[in-house]
Amino acid sequence: MKVKNLMEKPAFRKFGGIIVLYAVVQLLISVGILNDYYFATIVTIGINVILAVSLNLITGFTGQFSLGHAGFMSIGAYFCAIVTLRVPGIPGFLLGMLAGGAAAAVVGLLVGLPTLRLKGDYLAIATLGMAEIIRIVFQNIEITNGAAGLSNLPKFVNWSWLFLFVAGITVLIVNFLHSSIGRACISIREDEIAAESMGINITRYKVTSFIIGAFCAGIAGALYATYFPIIKPDTFGFAKSVDILVIVVFGGLGSITGSIVGAVVLGLISMLLASWTDLRMVIYAILLIVIMIFRPQGLMGSREFSLAMLKRAGEQLNGLFHKKSKKEEN
Amino acid sequence: MLEIKDLNVHFGVIHALKGISLTVNNGEIVTLIGANGAGKTTTLRTISGLKKATSGQILLDGNDITALSAQDRVKMGMSQVPEGRRVFTDMTVLENLELGAYLRRDRAGIKQDLEMVYDRFPRLADRRRQIAGTLSGGEQQMLAMGRALMSRPKILFLDEPSMGLAPLLVAEIFDIIKEINKSGTTILLVEQNASMALQIANRAYVMETGSIVLSGTGEELAQSDDIKKAYLGG
Repeated sequence: MKVKNLMEKPAFRKFGGIIVLYAVVQLLISVGILNDYYFATIVTIGINVILAVSLNLITGFTGQFSLGHAGFMSIGAYFCAIVTLRVPGIPGFLLGMLAGGAAAAVVGLLVGLPTLRLKGDYLAIATLGMAEIIRIVFQNIEITNGAAGLSNLPKFVNWSWLFLFVAGITVLIVNFLHSSIGRACISIREDEIAAESMGINITRYKVTSFIIGAFCAGIAGALYATYFPIIKPDTFGFAKSVDILVIVVFGGLGSITGSIVGAVVLGLISMLLASWTDLRMVIYAILLIVIMIFRPQGLMGSREFSLAMLKRAGEQLNGLFHKKSKKEEN
Repeated sequence: MLEIKDLNVHFGVIHALKGISLTVNNGEIVTLIGANGAGKTTTLRTISGLKKATSGQILLDGNDITALSAQDRVKMGMSQVPEGRRVFTDMTVLENLELGAYLRRDRAGIKQDLEMVYDRFPRLADRRRQIAGTLSGGEQQMLAMGRALMSRPKILFLDEPSMGLAPLLVAEIFDIIKEINKSGTTILLVEQNASMALQIANRAYVMETGSIVLSGTGEELAQSDDIKKAYLGG
């Protein structure tokens, strides 16, 4: 009875699921079922969730095609690593996270302002170029230790921190999308000319969403640099940008829950395939092709996952079974 | 209310508007007719700020707005129903209408205008939660008009509202345009359907390849032999 009352509280409906998720994983870690190997996969998935959700904000919701998300991630990672190598302890960690996000946001502003004024696919080319420039800069300056990268980075990220950042950023972006600015961003994706004739300043909102996306990618990079001990320029190449885009398209452009599901599913698939190193990329590619043939709009399309959706799916299944049993009777 | 003086617009090297001038007085329905490619849509888009003029002046209530951005012009009381309707197809009817009031902050007034739009277009009221992309062409045209009215404009620009609609619906849309005008909104209407446009317009301008070639009252032009030959199929 008490449990039922709790279930009906709106706050529980909203956050109950993720609190339970947090508690279960925490329990599994403290009991020792989830070892370091599995936890590394969880960290990768968490980072990919942030990257995918933030790229979805730019590409799926605002309609601006960006190919440089790994560039923002690398800025976050390097700025954070440079801070944590000099400032010890938790203050250094938090300062590093902030520095990583802020630096990525500033670069987002510098790249976004000139290119987002243009209509068409200029942004894709500009961001592609930007990510390459960033990579080459990090490869050649002293403070980042060139191609060898930075190593012996202090480790801070545990399940609680990871959870806090992933959930925090997801909530931030969902709230942004539900604000009136978020609506304006979606209207730009729907029809730029109509949005402009409604009096919506399209350049301003494109840049806003781009900066928020860049900031979140910076945070994701900073999380990377405070869990994994080494960062190298090659980690954040063009392939990483494409990886993130694949997650977003796979989950569904314009669906936040789609991006989360996409990051989790693709993360688990690549973990399961880890033992077949030779075939891994082939199987991964085949899986992607198959899914894109049967669900070209992505797993979730542009819809959001909800309990009501599960219920409907359940009813449909139920209906199918009933039909079947009726046929059998005949 | 609206005055355009010697407006020139270029697309690259193409001289699209060659020094056009026109006036719309308070409370009027003025129509701009002409064949495909005459420059009617370009004229509207330049007036509403979606396209920059090379030279010339646009005055609203005596104020020069030529250099203002599209959003400042919306704030000053101009609103546009773009060519081809351009509703936000993945959003609901209600969300579309709310975006029409994007620059307004007076919640009570917005609510009042929402009711006004639903009164004027009862079909939209029935479908307020429906996704706009699933509406019929006529309903989408009504939605685009309702959305434009949500900014409470002094002057409303309509670009080819009859495009792709069945004759019966066209008549309905034109009746609604007349009603909107009666309730105090000045209207500048761009149309290819010259006979319908001339019927409801107080005054009309005829465009040909970037210039205004004729002007007069709606009635005068409807009687003119040139117009009959060129546009009314008589």
